[in-house]
Amino acid sequence: MEKFETLTGIVMPLDRPNVDTDAIIPKQFLKSIKRSGFGPNLFDAWRYLDQGEPGMDNSVRPLNPDFLLNQPRYQAAQVLLARENFGCGSSREHAPWALLDYGFRVIIAPSFADIFYNNCFKNGILPIVVDAGQVDQLFKQVETEEGYQLTIDLAAQTITKPDSEVIQFAIDEFRKHRLLNGLDDIGLTLQHVDDIQAYEKKRQQEAPWLFRNV
Amino acid sequence: MAGKTLYDKLWDAHMVRDNGDGTALLYIDRHLVHEVTSPQAFEGLRLAGRKPWRVGANLATPDHNVPTTDRAEGIVDPVSRLQVETLDANCEAFGITEFKMNDLRQGIVHVIGPEEGATLPGMTVVCGDSHTSTHGAFGALAFGIGTSEVEHVLATQCLVQNKSRAMLVSVNGQVPAGVTAKDIVLAIIGHIGTAGGTGYAIEFGGDAIRALSMEGRMTLCNMAIEAGARAGMVAVDEKTIEYVNGRPYAPKAKIWEQAVANWQTLHSDADAKFDKVIHLDASSLKPQVTWGTSPEMVISVDGRVPDPATEHDEVKREGMKAALNYMDLQPNTPMVEIKPDVVFIGSCTNSRIEDLREAARVAKGRKVADSIKQALVVPGSGLVKQQAEQEGLDKIFIDAGFEWREPGCSMCLAMNADRLQAGERCASTSNRNFEGRQGQGGRTHLVSPAMAAAAAVTGHFIDVRKLG
Repeated sequence: MEKFETLTGIVMPLDRPNVDTDAIIPKQFLKSIKRSGFGPNLFDAWRYLDQGEPGMDNSVRPLNPDFLLNQPRYQAAQVLLARENFGCGSSREHAPWALLDYGFRVIIAPSFADIFYNNCFKNGILPIVVDAGQVDQLFKQVETEEGYQLTIDLAAQTITKPDSEVIQFAIDEFRKHRLLNGLDDIGLTLQHVDDIQAYEKKRQQEAPWLFRNV
Repeated sequence: MAGKTLYDKLWDAHMVRDNGDGTALLYIDRHLVHEVTSPQAFEGLRLAGRKPWRVGANLATPDHNVPTTDRAEGIVDPVSRLQVETLDANCEAFGITEFKMNDLRQGIVHVIGPEEGATLPGMTVVCGDSHTSTHGAFGALAFGIGTSEVEHVLATQCLVQNKSRAMLVSVNGQVPAGVTAKDIVLAIIGHIGTAGGTGYAIEFGGDAIRALSMEGRMTLCNMAIEAGARAGMVAVDEKTIEYVNGRPYAPKAKIWEQAVANWQTLHSDADAKFDKVIHLDASSLKPQVTWGTSPEMVISVDGRVPDPATEHDEVKREGMKAALNYMDLQPNTPMVEIKPDVVFIGSCTNSRIEDLREAARVAKGRKVADSIKQALVVPGSGLVKQQAEQEGLDKIFIDAGFEWREPGCSMCLAMNADRLQAGERCASTSNRNFEGRQGQGGRTHLVSPAMAAAAAVTGHFIDVRKLG
């Protein structure tokens, strides 16, 4: 996993609550057996005017001019500004894969759905919870100022606005540590092989029915 | 010291180690695997040269992509076919038990786990699917995970987790006839919102929950995720134990006795403290229908489509307007005047035998209305289908003009060929009414199986109790 330290990037506003994982990456693209290549189909139903299917040449599909992601001012955006309960719905990791593949490394919202939030950290994306009032203000600023950029510093837990105003954000220590260092979760867990084996041995005595093979 | 919640008990029993940084390494007893969220995890194992830690803890089946029509031809869509074949190949290569597409035991993962006794009380159950919360109905700690965590479970039989807060949703009072577990859970979501349970593990309690069958409790826990909670659960009682008894993978003989004694402790202590408690009166509930594009946008069938003009919160108001625009509905329209084009009875929420019986009771002796283009009944598993056929439910449905299909996820998320066309409106027993969920441009109204059948035979939403 790519580590995350600091980033300065263009902000793309997505002004609706409860953006679900079906909207982030529609189900027909989940048929892929790969981890990459989902970026062109990020927000597919909102982004294109036709119905997207796997295998299409996305570069020739008609774009929806009303969807902000298609506007020149938001090209190359790396920071997504969203409303509450972003990423609700399914557990599909294809949602963070699509965001990452498109180029988003940071998502700012008043709240996130649990599984999506967790999935982001597994893929080097930093989801930041900022209170609704400040998010409102960010939406206003992004809309008025073309090329609006934010600087995110994970170690310092800060978002710095173009006018140098700083928003401090909270994050779990363990998540911060893993993301800052790009650590592999499985590798970390396998450092505790002895603990896992000891647990299994004890548990097998207490509750043998849990160890019946299917 | 305060007593423990059911969630505390399940958490404590599975803690391998406290990592000291706010997380714990949690042991996973059962891992259910399907074709959509597993290929990249198996690939990850292969790239790292790892093997499954405890291969016998995994059970796999294809469900999202499988056709629900005649399977003799296999899967026509080459992309879907490749995904299912990839699951078959991975299970074969790693030695994981799989109920393949043409196995009688194949079905939706969340139906077959309990059906096989692969889901047991007191277990931790995970799957790369958010509706894994279903299994909490058995007094288990069950939650959905992403593909990275699928790989993590395969490789280590553990997950790194931080503990959620505990919420009790207490539902009391006599549930009126015609009101089902689906209506109860939709009403709960309408009450607390789709983010109301975020960060919580929800325990459903109260006499109205105790009165539910295991199928009903599964419906309830299935939709805990729609309230934002990763896990939903119900304490073990006699119904739980009776349901599990005799299932293929359930313990037998002496170990059964030992297990039952353990399972009887799987309830919250009387003096347990919850971080949040919600009360709901079941006796005043009516059948529910969603009107918007989020499960919290729900109202009683005798209500009207809400008017955004009456909403004071600007973000919510705009969300309502967008939803009504997508759903092509006008504010203040009586729900009973809304006419679906398609009816879907199925999904991990409502495709078990009891669901099919409830729908068949309404369909019996009636005909699907002419205005309905398609009415599908998709059983949750091959065994549910077989049982329904033994009870003659298939004939009731077919005589009424429903299509009787093979098991799978089907039109709940339209990854196979079963999908809505743009603009079509569906009365669906599934769990999500998101934009495009059942097919791009499709419009979903979530209801119970009986309410879906009632909409099918009348051509519009109607309080099923009026049909007698």
